[in-house]
Amino acid sequence: MTFKNKDGIAIVESLITTIQANRDYLSEIDGKIGDGDHGINMNKGFTLCGARIKGREYNMSEALQVLSSTLLTDIGGSMGPLYGVFFEAMADASEGKEEIDAAIFGEMLQAALEEVQEIGNAKRGDKTLLDTLIPAVEAYSSALAEGMDFYTALVELKEAARTGWCSTEEMVARIGRASRLGERSRGVLDAGATSCYLMLHAMASAIQQLIR
Amino acid sequence: MSRIINNPDFVVEDMLKGYVKAHANLLAGTDNPRVLKYKNAPVEGKVGIVTGGGSGHKPAFIGYIGKNMCDAVAVGEIFSSPAAQAFFQAMKEADSGKGVACLYGNYAGDNMNVRMAVKMAKKEGILVKTVVANDDAASAPPEEAQRRRGVAGEVLMWKIAGAKAAMGAGLDEVIAAAQKAINNTRSVGIGTRPCTIPAVGHPNFTIEEGMMEVGIGHHGEPGVSVQPLKTADEIAKQMLEILLPDLPFHTGDEVVVLLSGLGATPVMEQYIVYNKVAEILDRKEIKVHRAYVGNYFTSLEMMGVTLTVMRLDEELKELIDMPAESVGLTQF
Repeated sequence: MTFKNKDGIAIVESLITTIQANRDYLSEIDGKIGDGDHGINMNKGFTLCGARIKGREYNMSEALQVLSSTLLTDIGGSMGPLYGVFFEAMADASEGKEEIDAAIFGEMLQAALEEVQEIGNAKRGDKTLLDTLIPAVEAYSSALAEGMDFYTALVELKEAARTGWCSTEEMVARIGRASRLGERSRGVLDAGATSCYLMLHAMASAIQQLIR
Repeated sequence: MSRIINNPDFVVEDMLKGYVKAHANLLAGTDNPRVLKYKNAPVEGKVGIVTGGGSGHKPAFIGYIGKNMCDAVAVGEIFSSPAAQAFFQAMKEADSGKGVACLYGNYAGDNMNVRMAVKMAKKEGILVKTVVANDDAASAPPEEAQRRRGVAGEVLMWKIAGAKAAMGAGLDEVIAAAQKAINNTRSVGIGTRPCTIPAVGHPNFTIEEGMMEVGIGHHGEPGVSVQPLKTADEIAKQMLEILLPDLPFHTGDEVVVLLSGLGATPVMEQYIVYNKVAEILDRKEIKVHRAYVGNYFTSLEMMGVTLTVMRLDEELKELIDMPAESVGLTQF
């Protein structure tokens, strides 16, 4: 079970349409304990990236690189650098590979997680996107270690991402702007954990389409 | 929301275009539309002063570009950190070869983007050192001072560092002066009405009519308490009761006071508050060496004021007195 890097452009396209479709939802969640601009800024960045890859014959790695540099150059905030390094790591880990298999995608995920952890200084349980990302990457790796195939490992990834995302609702924010709210941040999903879930889900589903 | 704008998604872009046109005698655009610079930057032989932050705080941050002030500023979306690339570009525009002091406020996004920009600058051989302002006394207890936000005290930090750099000091001296300035500065805010990010369309926090939030942040971050609105005199007293014991300020200290509106509070009311602030300080025999009253660091159309007090020593006194020319602060 593999897919071609050049067909993987569909993954990036799916990321873009997912963020665009959830612009208002992400802002609404963010508005409860943040500024309410998460969806607006994410949509701005992903839409800009969409315009930059349109009509070009980019493969997945190249398109992820464009997405990364768009987020790092044009978006800023906290999400610009966090998702910027996330997609840059994924691009670097897959660069030059014509066929992407389960192991390579695992390396992409692992590299992305490490970069986000390095720059963000957050830990699991701080009510951030890591609460989606860490369990998702762990579930995917253990699925492969247990001998599951690419498709099934992606099912595991999506499930763990969803559980992790939902777990942020009961957490108290310990980092970022929402942390100033203390107990008042409990009872609301974290916006970054939400966009992270939506993107992991979109990526995994797009890959499942490609390898089916 | 009855705002005078075009497309709410592009208020920052539209504002910057107008800003450069209005103040072409003092500043200029750069290759990066999110970076403005002093028209003479980089100034030969001078350490570059860089800052940056989210938009919506006019005249901060770009209003402090100018002579003996900041050399280049990175501009973010409303209430959102500038991109790493913008901070990096600002560092490049400001560097004359003597290094760059990047002086900004303590927020998660700014910390990440500046950290990345410093790495990018290092690759290009530009030496950058940073000071992170954390003057907001109400944003965390003293023992967690590293969690405190940077607010209007940043204006004084830029003034001090800008003056130090203009005197020909090296990077380490400029950084030391900026750090000393912020270490001796405390701020607190009081909000009486929230603000609305145009692209969001509604306030993302509430302050009930007739109430005030003590310790509110520059983006509506919750303060330490919500109380019925008091008189200007009582507000002045309450803000000083938070600030003075925190540093602490003592009888005999000489200070700079900066009282800023948050955007919608009339300047007239700011002077009413200042009157009491000055009276109380006088009674405590804390000498006001210099006072700034006006809209120095705002939060869109939030209603309320922030009070900042900086304790002076001989060095800080000399630096705060140096002439400066910028849109937000000019003195002779």
